[in-house]
Amino acid sequence: MNNEEAKKILSSTMEKFIGLAATHLPDDVLAKLEECRAKETNEMQKTLYDAYFTNLELAKKLNRPCCQDTGLMHFYMTVGAKFPYIGVIEEALSDAVRKATFSVPLRQNTVNYFDERNTGDNVGERIPWFHWEIEPDRDDLEVIAYFAGGGCCLPGNAKVFKPSDGYASIVKAVFDTVSDLGINACPPLIVGVGLGTNMENAAVLSKKAYLRPLGTHHRHPKAAALEDALKDGLNKMGIGAQGMRGNIAAMEVHIESSGRHTADIAVGVNVACYAHRRGVIRFNSDLSYEIPTYKDAEEYMKNSKSTEEN
Amino acid sequence: MKKILTTPISFDDIKDLRVGDVVYLSGYLTTGRDDVHRRVVHEGLKCPYDFKDMAIMHAGPIVKEGEKNIMVSIGPTSSIRMEADEAEFIEKTGVKVIVGKGGMGNLTSEGCKKFGAIHCVFPGGCAVLASSHVEGIENVYWRELGMPEALWVMKVNEFGPLIVSIDTQGNNMFVENKKFYAEQKIKCEQPIIDLVSNYMEVEEQK
Repeated sequence: MNNEEAKKILSSTMEKFIGLAATHLPDDVLAKLEECRAKETNEMQKTLYDAYFTNLELAKKLNRPCCQDTGLMHFYMTVGAKFPYIGVIEEALSDAVRKATFSVPLRQNTVNYFDERNTGDNVGERIPWFHWEIEPDRDDLEVIAYFAGGGCCLPGNAKVFKPSDGYASIVKAVFDTVSDLGINACPPLIVGVGLGTNMENAAVLSKKAYLRPLGTHHRHPKAAALEDALKDGLNKMGIGAQGMRGNIAAMEVHIESSGRHTADIAVGVNVACYAHRRGVIRFNSDLSYEIPTYKDAEEYMKNSKSTEEN
Repeated sequence: MKKILTTPISFDDIKDLRVGDVVYLSGYLTTGRDDVHRRVVHEGLKCPYDFKDMAIMHAGPIVKEGEKNIMVSIGPTSSIRMEADEAEFIEKTGVKVIVGKGGMGNLTSEGCKKFGAIHCVFPGGCAVLASSHVEGIENVYWRELGMPEALWVMKVNEFGPLIVSIDTQGNNMFVENKKFYAEQKIKCEQPIIDLVSNYMEVEEQK
């Protein structure tokens, strides 16, 4: 197939996939949310979780975005160097976002700086946001789609500390972020912690951290122990769903790291709301695909039509 | 029994509500968030919708626009962004019920006490649940601000649950909670700081 044909197929598949990922939560998030619900005891928390689950059922049934804030689209991609259509991916995905904005529909959230006018189709300057990683020997493409909503982007921060501040600076950054603006970002949260060498690589790693499948651990045992300790610690604060006093503030805390300069400790903290719309799709080199994050993905994709197919 | 507020809302309707109470709203509910507050409070524009004795929702919906506008998804946005302007907004418009997500600060609770209004939380992210209580969109103003920022006038039926977070006495659930979390934070982070206290140590070479 030539590039034009590949672009059409990619765009059409991604448009439907965006619809799936806006209306459903991934299986691992749903399972974790059920666990959190079971740990809440007070009446207000029960009311909130009842609302969460009723809403998710309605969203699925009516095929509507489960949260009105469908955010700005972020695509975190791992592409094999031998994937044949690298050159058309960005264009195809932007096209998919533009069409999904009307077909799903998504909320029109994108404003360019200085113009300060809504672009109307969720495509803007460097938006959708693309993050690339290249795998030398593969010929496939994995796309993680994330709907970056306003509320859960607001608490995010990255800061560089001195070595004398030690690992305590990491712990404090996490607690400060969650207990300040994090409580408004629709807990129970998934907290991503990025440890790097400067501000921006720590920030990117904090994003990659919360995109990981829930409950997976950092490869280093000390980091894994810290992930668990942070989660348990946050869940002792009495925050609960919506920050309205309950037992569970964090579904998970995930840490990702890179090497650091001997003179710096850079910490990024990024929180994701309970409506963690993180969808994964993997394309083979012939553009056949699989969607590992939702058990009913196949049925949804079969019954859904892209703008092109309509 | 469900406590239902119906617009127009009088001070008497809300004066006995206290933080933590759960209510539902019938009648009209109109969206307004950052840009609406900016225009009314800072730019001095006259609000084209009369909020007197009515309800505002901090929300930017997804609307399927056509001959008839259809409310697809509408959930609350973080109310704290409106904190700087809300008291003046209440004073200028006479709005009685503010619906949003998360808490607001002391400026708003003082405004609620002074001008007789309440702030309520609708569960965040529950946008289809919310839209299932919207019977229709009756009007839209300031559409040029973009879909999320425009004023969408909705007819609603038992819209909720709405959990009172600021009452007419100025009690503020989230301000109280924040104090509590600040105390808790110091207690809860210390054992973890202890856990990592030796994470930078490298064994001495013999």
